Order: sequence, then structure tokens, then C-alpha cells
Amino acid sequence: MSIDKETARRVAKLARIKVEDDALDALAQEFSAILGFIEQLNEVDVEGIEPMTSVTPMRLKRREDVVTDGNQADKVLANAPDAREGFFAVPKVVE
Amino acid sequence: MSKLNELTIAGARDKLAAKEITAVELTQACLSEIESAGKLNAFVHHTPELALEQARAADARIGSGEESSMTGIPLGIKDLFCTKGVLSQAGSAILKGFLPQYESTVSQKLFDAGAVMLGKLNMDEFAMGSSNETSTYGNVINPWKVDDRDLTPGGSSGGSASAVAADLCLAATGTDTGGSIRQPAAFVGITGLKPTYGRCSRWGVVAFASSLDQAGPMTKTVRDAAIMFEAMAGHDAKDSTSADMAVPNFEAMLTGDVRGKKIGIPKEYRMDGMAPEIEKLWSEGAEMLKAAGAKIIDITLPHTKYALPAYYVIAPAEASSNLARYDGVRFGHRAKLAEGDGITEMYEKTRAEGFGPEVQRRVMVGTYVLSAGFYDAYYNRARRVRALIKKDFEDVFADGIDAILTPATPSVAFGLGEMADADPVQMYLNDVFTVTVNLAGLPGIAVPTGLDQSGLPLGLQLIGKPWEEGELLNTAQVLEEAAGFVSKPQKWW
Repeated sequence: MSIDKETARRVAKLARIKVEDDALDALAQEFSAILGFIEQLNEVDVEGIEPMTSVTPMRLKRREDVVTDGNQADKVLANAPDAREGFFAVPKVVE
Repeated sequence: MSKLNELTIAGARDKLAAKEITAVELTQACLSEIESAGKLNAFVHHTPELALEQARAADARIGSGEESSMTGIPLGIKDLFCTKGVLSQAGSAILKGFLPQYESTVSQKLFDAGAVMLGKLNMDEFAMGSSNETSTYGNVINPWKVDDRDLTPGGSSGGSASAVAADLCLAATGTDTGGSIRQPAAFVGITGLKPTYGRCSRWGVVAFASSLDQAGPMTKTVRDAAIMFEAMAGHDAKDSTSADMAVPNFEAMLTGDVRGKKIGIPKEYRMDGMAPEIEKLWSEGAEMLKAAGAKIIDITLPHTKYALPAYYVIAPAEASSNLARYDGVRFGHRAKLAEGDGITEMYEKTRAEGFGPEVQRRVMVGTYVLSAGFYDAYYNRARRVRALIKKDFEDVFADGIDAILTPATPSVAFGLGEMADADPVQMYLNDVFTVTVNLAGLPGIAVPTGLDQSGLPLGLQLIGKPWEEGELLNTAQVLEEAAGFVSKPQKWW
């Protein structure tokens, strides 16, 4: 399957990665090569096969629904590019 | 006497226990070796003060009866592991300056056993790469050299491979999503074990593809892999996919006896155009196991061909979800914004600046295969094929096969930059023999068994049954001893 420039633009947008207009053609070509490689999967008969959800047949452990952690806002914010007054700061999101 | 940094874990343990050496002396030998090995670009964050503090604590512990086999052993830790208060950037510019406030479970377990951390090791960005050329820290160089070219140590655990092969540390941690422990181990002539999925906790290890990622040891010998692996493995309440199973004494399982074991040789791994040297290495490996009393049996794993394409749907899909967290809000890099830029521009510019080209490519491929209208055609189909690949292995194990022998890599280490103009799929082919193991959740180990004509190391891979790493390590050690691989890179750095 061949990916066109518009699809490449849409995927970049969905992935929230800024791609300059003049780089879209090359990107579309790379996607096409990778997807072409993936197309081989269409040769496999998967009729009646369930998609794998867990590679080891185990039941995830459960625990009591209680608070086990918390009260460490300073540590949570320690690596933030912009933290103010105990919050993460971001550009204005509502007008 | 050889230099202390050249010791194996088992050798150092015995000398430490006999008080012939101290952990501080051993650590200092490694630190000075690291200092003079800047050209390899393996260690990217150095922690000499922490190392000496840990070594002093280890010396106090040795002889108290509280020591383990890892007490006082100097290690390198892959940059993918979060280490408290020590830079952990996953080889990416987007995590520049990231100082974890917590310790990964695997590194914590190693420290609890008394191990010493010398520093953090270079790697491909977010573990995405097979040549360690995608790192924000620059390329790692393979200590092996046969002409004027600088060779790749493989990837993504390239720094770990290079550091262990060059004797900068006694062993290192690695992680393996599609071959990232085994391929670099083979490229530098060391041992690399990818455990059964769920054996080691993934907590605190920066996630790439969560259903495939596993941490494991990269060591100078199979015995060392058994010793270090035991200290890394075990259930962790903080990783719900880690198995609540007892961790055996793996070293005690190295009996050297493989008589009557059935070793499968899968015909699908005999690729068209396979290098004659790899073919020869493979059949010699089978002969060695046969001479030790194992039975060699031809087997078939019919869906092998589809493993790489399935991987290149599943791994990017999971990566696109896992890497969504790098948005310039909670940690790492945030792009400088222009007047009027809103939050969407902040995300887009941050991720464009912070992620390298290979990571961007995989995040976008993952986004595409998960997008509306393509989810069934790509992602669900790949997960169905994955189930078939796993069933291939289950079938041969049900037929009585104990382990499977394959080549570890399709070639020896190639030159840095040689793949620059190739299509990304060409680089992906490096994982052709290793990726099936991740898709099936099995343990796999790369063992060095020979040199090619030019003098570069080559390795074989053994694949074991789930949770039976002990038996796998035992078979691997028989192969290691029979091959008698003792070559070391000549120091040029």
C-alpha cells in the first residue's frame, strides 16, 4: 500500500509531531516501504485465531483498593519544565 | 595476574570471599579503565562517587555472612533503567536532564544484592535501533576492529555490549524487545540472556513495547549470566505482568550434563543467501551439542517468516502509546514557543525537537496502524499472527524438544554509517533470528562460539521453554565450553 503526502501529514498530526511540509514526501515514502514490508501478513490464514492479549497465560494479580502512595508533590514536579505553585504549567488551553 | 577489571563475576566473587582483593580495588580498576575508554563512548554518565560508596559498603558486608554472589561486583547500567538521582535519558534528547526520583526494581535488586554501579551506558534512543546509531549521545564504538573502520557494537544495548567486551565493567544490564541484548552480545563476543517475559520486573525501565520488553544480563560467561540473572529476577508488586514464581539458584543448575536433551534445528532459519560462515558456525554448534550427548532433531516453525512484519506492527503500536507521555509537560524537554502558540503547538514542536528520526518514524507507524479503519487490518492481524508464532514453539516443545539452536545474527558487526542510505527495513533484518523469541515470550541466550575469517566474533542463539532459564543456561554453558571461545578485542582505544 502506498502512502500519499496527505496521509503522512494526517499521521504526523495524530502523533503530535511537527513535520515540515517539505519533509512530508520523504516521510510518505518511508511509510510506504515499511507498510509494504508489513503487507506480507496478509498471506497468513488467521481464520479462527484470537488476537494475542497476553504472551504468558497468567491472571493479573489483584490487590486491595487502598491508597499505597502519595503526598509527594515535590517529587512528582521535580522534573517538570515549568512547575508553579504545586502545579504543572502549560500554555493557556481555554479562551 | 590479569587486571582486576578483566575478571568474571564468578572469579571476582571468589577473590573477594578469599579477601585476596577488595571491592574498592575492583571498582577503582574499572573506573580507571572507563576513564581511558572515552573513545568507545559506552559510558555516558559516570558515577564514581556512588560506586566507591557502594564498594565500601560491599567490603563491610563481605565476610559478615550477609553477602551474595553479586556483592562488590562493579556493573554498568543501561540508560533505559531509571536510577534515583542519576541521569536516565533512554538515549533521547526528549529526556535531557531527567533525574528519576525513584529506582527501577531491577537496579534496586542488584544494589540490594551488593552490586556496584559504575555509571550509565549508551544505547539506541528508546531502545529503537540495531546499531547504536540513534542515540542522542552519539555512536557507541565496538572494541573489535579488523581494519580502519569503526564497527557498530549492535543495538540497542550497544553501550552495555561494548563496555563488557572491553572489560570496562564485569557485567552490565541490558534490555531486549526484539533482540537488543542478544544481537549486540553476538557482535562483541559476550553472553546475553533475554529471560522469559515476566521474569524480571519492568518497573522503572523506560517502556518501549510493554508486551515484548524484558531486562536481562550481559556478561563475559554463561556462569556470570546465571549469577547476575538470579539477582535481577523475581516478582514485583509494582509490575502486574511480573510472574509470582520462585527464582531458583540458576548457577547450581549448571551441571554440564545435556545427555538425552533434544535440540531442535528449525529449517526456516536457514535463510536464502545466508553467509556460508554462519551456516558453518551453526552446524558446528549442533555437532558440539551432539558430541556432549544431546540429540539433534530437525524441526519446523512455519510462521517464522512473518515474525518481523508482525513485530513491526506490534512494537511501533505499543511505542506510540508508551511515548505519548513525552509531551513537554511532566518531564524532559519542552520546545520554546512562538507568540500565540497553544498547547497543541507545544506538543508538536516538543516531540519534533526531542525525538530523533527513527523514534519519530516508529511512533508515526504505530499511530497509523492503530488509527481508525486500519486497526483490524494491521494491529489485530499482527496479534493473530503473533498467536500463531507462539503456537509454533508450543508445538515443538510439546513434541519433546528441550531447546532450539539458531544463529544469533545474520552477519558479523558492520561498519558505523554503512547502513545510512539503506531503507529502514534493511536495518530491521538484523533481528530476524531473535524477534520470534520476544513475540513468543520465551527465554533466549546468545553465546559466542567463533570468529569469522576477518577475525570478528560470531554467536549462536539457544531458545528455551518458558520459565526454564536454568536448563537453557546449562545447555548454553555446554556450548560455551565446547566452543572454547576466548578471543578478546585488541586494545586500540
